Amino acid sequence: MSEENDGKKFMFVNRRAPYGTIYAQESLEVVLIAAALEQDVSLLFIDDGVFQLTKGQNTEGVGMKNFSPAYAALGDYDVSKLYVEKESLEERGLTLDDLQHLTWEDEDDDWAEKDSIRLISRDEVKKLIEEQDVLLSF
Amino acid sequence: MAILHTVNKSPYEKTSLESCVQRSDAGAAILLIEDGVYAALAGGAKAELVKAALADRKVFVLEPDLKARGLADQALIEGVESVDFDGFVDLTTQYDQVNAWL
Repeated sequence: MSEENDGKKFMFVNRRAPYGTIYAQESLEVVLIAAALEQDVSLLFIDDGVFQLTKGQNTEGVGMKNFSPAYAALGDYDVSKLYVEKESLEERGLTLDDLQHLTWEDEDDDWAEKDSIRLISRDEVKKLIEEQDVLLSF
Repeated sequence: MAILHTVNKSPYEKTSLESCVQRSDAGAAILLIEDGVYAALAGGAKAELVKAALADRKVFVLEPDLKARGLADQALIEGVESVDFDGFVDLTTQYDQVNAWL
């Protein structure tokens, strides 16, 4: 874990719905690059960004690539912090149950499976943003 | 003249739907496509826009766009009708003109 602790704190701020624009998919690409470079990566989902994590996405009818399974792979890249703003979910009539159940395995805790999605309030988002070394907005 | 209005932007990010609802006449139809489908969610804070339109206009939502976004099982606002791509084509023939709110 030492390499990870030496890395800067990168947070990806996701504010767009998937598919309508390319932002969500582009964000995921850069997240995977940052993770491969062993930085301390986290993702924040606010506004329409919360729609990126809905479960059951099926793009067969629209001829686009369904990139939502990639969120489930983030845990394998040591990306285990996906912050979702509670107020954004509620405004859109969604709850945590409408999102994918994403997990990671904690090697410091006998590989226990833990939830990656952390529901936080708008006030907590303010503090979280302040704690970052690098913010990347999509 | 009856117009089919299409809206492809999320009502939480853009004012396209609001502009459309305010400026479309009775007897018109509004078809929600792409990110516009998020406006059809029953529990959403922007549900009032679609409800207001439903008073004297028809509101449709494109089912393949709902499915792509993982919303196939979500409750939609009562009165909103789902259509597939064939239904989309039928609508364009049933109305005199198509107007896209981008």
